[in-house]
Formats: sequence, C-alpha cells, structure tokens
Amino acid sequence: MTVLSVTNLSVVKRDRLLFENLNFAVEQGGLLYVKGQNGAGKTSLLRVLAGLVEADSGDVYFCQQNIKDDRENYHQNLVYFGHKLGINLTLSAVENLQYWCQQHQVNISVDTIFHTLAQLNLVGLEDIPVANLSAGQQRRVALARFWFKQEARLWILDEPFTALDTQGIELLSIQITKFLGGGGSVIMTSHQALRLEYPTDELILEYRI
Amino acid sequence: MAALMAILKRDLALAYRQRAELMQPMLFFILVISLFPLAVGPEPKTLQLIGPGVIWVAAILSSLFGLERLFRDDFQDGSLEQLMLSSTSLPAAALVKVLAHWLTSILPLIILSPLLALFLHLSEPMYWALLKTLLLGTPLLSLIGAIAVGLTVGLNRGGVLLALLLLPVFIPLLIFATSAVESASMQLQYNAQLAILGAMFLFSLALAPFAIAYALRVSQT
Repeated sequence: MTVLSVTNLSVVKRDRLLFENLNFAVEQGGLLYVKGQNGAGKTSLLRVLAGLVEADSGDVYFCQQNIKDDRENYHQNLVYFGHKLGINLTLSAVENLQYWCQQHQVNISVDTIFHTLAQLNLVGLEDIPVANLSAGQQRRVALARFWFKQEARLWILDEPFTALDTQGIELLSIQITKFLGGGGSVIMTSHQALRLEYPTDELILEYRI
Repeated sequence: MAALMAILKRDLALAYRQRAELMQPMLFFILVISLFPLAVGPEPKTLQLIGPGVIWVAAILSSLFGLERLFRDDFQDGSLEQLMLSSTSLPAAALVKVLAHWLTSILPLIILSPLLALFLHLSEPMYWALLKTLLLGTPLLSLIGAIAVGLTVGLNRGGVLLALLLLPVFIPLLIFATSAVESASMQLQYNAQLAILGAMFLFSLALAPFAIAYALRVSQT
C-alpha cells in the first residue's frame, strides 16, 4: 500500500528552482533516502512533504488523500524531526516531552518518559533545563519522540544523525529498523552513510544554479 | 482541550522562569509614568489633564516591548513547527498563547495602575474609567500585536518594523480610551466609548486567531 505519494512537485526558493516535476511514492514499510549536495533542496522537500510549507506546484498525497484536505489526520500519523529540535531550552527534558505528548495527543505516563530517557543515556539529566545539556544530548531528548508516538505511520527525519555519537547513531538506527519492520515508512536525509540493514530506495536531488 | 491546557500551563511556567525578561516592560511602564509628575510639575490640574494619555501611551509602548516574546522563542527552537504538525488547531493554540501573554505581561500593568493613577492625581471616577478601558483595550493590543509578531517572527530584528506596523493600528484605541477617561473627569457618561472599545475587542477576538495562524504559516517559508 502506498503511504505517501508525490505528483509533479516543484519548489522555488529565492528565485532558484530547487526541483521540478518530482514524482515518487513511498510504500508501507518503505525507506526513502533523499540524497544531494548542500543546497540541493533536501530540507525544503522534507518540509513540503511534512506540510509545513506549500509547494509552488504539485501535490502530496497521504494514503491517496491530498494532505491539504485532511491536515489533521495526516499529522496524527506523522512524526517530523527537522533541523530545529522543537525543544525549549528553559524547560527540562521531561517537561518538554510531556508537553509534546499532550500536544500530539499521545498518552504516555511519566514513568515511560523516564524509562525512554534512560534508554537514551540521559539518566540524571531529566529534570534540569535542557540548555545545560550538550548538543548531542539535546538531540537525544528531541529524538525520544520516536519512542512515543506508536500510531504514527510515517517518519520524516532531516539529518537525524548530526551531533550524535556512535552509540546514539546505533540506538536510532535500531529504532528506525524496528519501525520499518512494524510496517512504518521512513523518509530521511543524512550526510553520513546509512548503516541500516534494510532495503533502501534512493532519491537524488541535483544542485541547480 | 487537553492540548490547549498544556500550552497554557507551559507558557505560564516559562513566563515564571523568565521573570527577569518579563520585568523589563513593567519597569519601563513604571519609570515612564513616575517621571512625568517630576518633569511636568506637581500641579494636580495639569497632571489630571495628561494622566490618562500618559498611562495609555506607556501601556502601548511597554506592551510593544514584550510582544516579541510571544512567538520568538518558539519559532527559533522549532516548537512552533511541532505545534503546527500536531492535530491541535492552530488558531485555538494561538488564542491560548495570546491569553497566556496577556496574563503574564499585561495583567501586572493593570494591577499596578491604581498606584500610578495616584502619581498622576487621577480622581476616583477617572480611575474607574481608566481601569475599564484598560481591561477592554489591552487584550486588543495583545491580539492585534500577535498578528504582527506572527508576520515578523521570521525576520531577524523585526522590532522596529513591529512598532511601525502596529502603532497606526493602535491609534483609534488610544483615542477612544483617553476620551472615555476625559469624559469621566467631567462627570459625563462614557458608555459610548466603552461600547466602541468592546466592539473592537470582540471583532478582533473573533478574527485575530485566524489571522495569527495564517501569519505563522506564512512565516514558515
């Protein structure tokens, strides 16, 4: 079954055509790996796919339904992880995650949050303002989202491995593989070589002048 | 509903932790108003004449000061993105954020206003009129201000632009509010002015949330 499909997608940014007439589809259990140089338009593409930005032309369909028509249903099934972490630096890790879960209507007990943070090697750092954590640790807090939203069917990850150590990369890779194995679909970009034991589709964006 | 409560709780908690930042507009408000009697002289008649205007001008300027806080941090750290990608309705969320902002940065000004009215020698009827105009008018400041903040949040240093966008819009508010207090000083009815302020408030309450949501979406590009 096709989870996400894209027809004739074009995006222009600051008078520069990033890509035009892009067509692709992501099946259930599929992993799409978006490749391209810096400035090729990977982040712009992912933001359009997530529904944060509208494309200049073309449409994005989630389960055959245009995402413009049923934003709410689409976002209920989506977890997006972008360059901005979506973590408030004044609040603690637990507060941030609790807030995110309430926002996304995910029912999770505080114990589960503590447990997940422990899995992510953040024991003892749950209650201090996130500003006091290192860049990699802050990313781990943000990544904890991928452990919570069970009903999601699509993950969109923009450079998830940046600033993570090898153990962090491995943890996330395992989680992604598990999600794919359970029938989820993933769209991601990464400048690191993927070390996922999973069949990967590739989409290569050319840098255009 | 739970999601909206969560936003309110979070914003109030954040405001409490960023007290120092919240104090700045409040201090500005107090300083401006307490300097006027010293500069103009303690003549009660003069002070009564300029008092309502001074308080309102100070309220508008100090609310502009703190307005950027409304969406700036959430925009920069990506919380806004995550909010847009949740199933919570964005206009409702925007309204709750404006409410939290009003409670934390404008309500303290209103609570301080009796003391400042004393500085400016306002009579009792004048003070009650002033309080009513502040209660009706300041939510309007927050609602309209939030639209402009939504539009300028993507620009760095949008502060001056924000003031230029907003001050012309606030002029009718200023005129009717000060005219209500002036009527009160002459023992006249001022229901008409209050009614107009109320109408402006209800109109913006109905439409501003959608405008704020749209402005925030536009700022994502």
